[in-house]
Amino acid sequence: MSDDLGLTTVLLAVIGGAIRVSTPFLFVSLGETITERSGRINLGLEGTLVFGAMSAYATAVMTGSPWAGVAVAGLAGGAFGGLHGFICRFPRVNDVAIGIALMLFGSGLAFFLGKPFIQPSAPPLPAIPFGFWSDLPQVQAALRVNVLFLAGAALALFLWWAFRNTKAGLIVRVVGDSAEAARAMGYDVDRVRLLATATGGVLAGIGGAYLSLYYPGSWNEGISSGQGLMAVALVIFARWNPLACFGAALLFGGAGALGPALQSVGISQGYYLFYAAPYVLTLALLIATSSPDRALTGAPGELSLK
Amino acid sequence: MAADTTAPGLPLAESDPDRPPASLQIRAWLARRTESVAIPLGAVAAGFLIFSLFLVALGKSPLAFLDLVWRGGFGSPFALQNSLQRAAPLLFAALCVALPARLGLVVIGGEGAIVLGGVAAAAAAQPLQGLSPLLAVPLMALAAVAAGAAWIGAVGALRAYRGVNETIASLLMSYIALALSNHLIEGWLRDPASLNKPSTAPIGEAFMVGALPGLDVHWGLGIGVLACLAAYALTERTTIGFAARIAGGNLRAAQIQGLPVGRLVVSFTALGGACAALAGFFEVAAVHGNANASLNAGFGYTGILVAFLARHNPLAILPVAFLLGGIEASSGLIQRRMQLPDATVLVLEGLLFLVVLVSETLYGRFKPFSPHLWAEKRRAVS
Repeated sequence: MSDDLGLTTVLLAVIGGAIRVSTPFLFVSLGETITERSGRINLGLEGTLVFGAMSAYATAVMTGSPWAGVAVAGLAGGAFGGLHGFICRFPRVNDVAIGIALMLFGSGLAFFLGKPFIQPSAPPLPAIPFGFWSDLPQVQAALRVNVLFLAGAALALFLWWAFRNTKAGLIVRVVGDSAEAARAMGYDVDRVRLLATATGGVLAGIGGAYLSLYYPGSWNEGISSGQGLMAVALVIFARWNPLACFGAALLFGGAGALGPALQSVGISQGYYLFYAAPYVLTLALLIATSSPDRALTGAPGELSLK
Repeated sequence: MAADTTAPGLPLAESDPDRPPASLQIRAWLARRTESVAIPLGAVAAGFLIFSLFLVALGKSPLAFLDLVWRGGFGSPFALQNSLQRAAPLLFAALCVALPARLGLVVIGGEGAIVLGGVAAAAAAQPLQGLSPLLAVPLMALAAVAAGAAWIGAVGALRAYRGVNETIASLLMSYIALALSNHLIEGWLRDPASLNKPSTAPIGEAFMVGALPGLDVHWGLGIGVLACLAAYALTERTTIGFAARIAGGNLRAAQIQGLPVGRLVVSFTALGGACAALAGFFEVAAVHGNANASLNAGFGYTGILVAFLARHNPLAILPVAFLLGGIEASSGLIQRRMQLPDATVLVLEGLLFLVVLVSETLYGRFKPFSPHLWAEKRRAVS
């Protein structure tokens, strides 16, 4: 009997966790999808996520408005993305290496500037209680959905539509599939990539704001621990399709919620191993979806990711 | 000397009037060598300059900062030994990046191999208690090397045989290694006596690795320098290293030539992982005396920077690791004297990393360094 209750609790916590934990994955992976569709890879989004979390938290503490925090995080993310896009236009500069450098630089700068904000508490982002119909507190907790999650879901749908049906979407795809063709059509390849990378940075910054202003809802140096990088791997798994990113983000969120969910019902044995679940899942999916002898289906032609 | 550059069998070889004189070839060689030192040095200087602007914006004095880096990292015998001590793990961590880089792979998961190597060494020490240290200490190192080689070698195998991106896979493996190590340190391997800071049982005084003769720096530095020299010999002076460079330059060509690309990738990544694990071994056997959370000190990440600053040249890793070791050694002094957070060094390192990568674009653009720009001899020196 108590086992049944325990299982239900864990299941509910995982579903609720999937919704709660997935939002940063969703924003970063959508941002990276835009960047990679234009033919560049930005591994620095991990650093952007951390910096977004810090700047959003600091802004919310100082202004009292969480939405101001989201705006500042988006701007800061755009600046990091723009820096990546700008640097990578120079010949012989490797976009993967620049991403690693920006990952370290972004986190370092966030730790530096964020030191005074570890103690104070910031106003959180609002959530909508979709679980009002239930008496069970677990159900209510699981269905408290943050506004940013809904915005991310809508954005995934919009991007899926926009890549197929808008001029901007087509330009990004042409640039990503063949720089030669794009140049022949008169488009400035470097500028399109700069804008695509900056947009990706904006979204990653907003994802960071969600981390510090909603869940887990505080600022500390271990706040991301690789989520930005997992989101980049998730894009490969989702085959650069924004709708698939949404599904994959939910899956990753559920895996990330497994450890805390088990701990909440008193299973602390192997806590660290459950904590590793999202990394193991990411790696397993990468292995399952990679192939030694053919290019990844759906991969933009110009992508240096092999 | 001149004949070396012309391919055998070309009809022009002997009678080519454009064949450059030996003196010009030496000048060209010198110019390229100077370039490969001058540009990184210039980039480091530019990085420090940008960081100075950052400090000025915060109302801190860049000169005071440089003074503290000098005093904390290089200015006294004590500071120097401190820097060398910190440089030791960086040598190993950088090799974990530089060796796979020969094959064009970007491996950034050294941190996980360091921690796992340390835990493996500490775990191996327990059943070996009572044995002669002459036998037990090498066995501990072997356990560390095996763990690290398997961990990063697996990344290479996934790359070679499954086409999995090695950069992402290595960092994921690093996080998994950290989780696994935490699990072991707080579970099976935990010393019940370690209350506040979960640790493995001490390896024991007898198994501790001592200091280099005449120095207050442990043997990790000596072995690390030897590892860099060996890596240089391997990559620059053996056919295996030559094959690796071919494969790194052009994978297709290497495959057509019949080079065992898969085995090369696995060997070089496993070798890199073994090096990183040695850093963990020395942290346990020469510094902490057991495995605990201090193993996860970021050496793996600084090692990435060291390798890229050294442009993946194992010999250049030596001075670069010393420089970065010195900067990190002065971190405490900078925190205390200038009231700056401990992340200050991370900001400086991130900036240096960015500037050095951007400087890649400058190669071949300065006339004095670039024989192909010496217009009047344009055809002569190719």
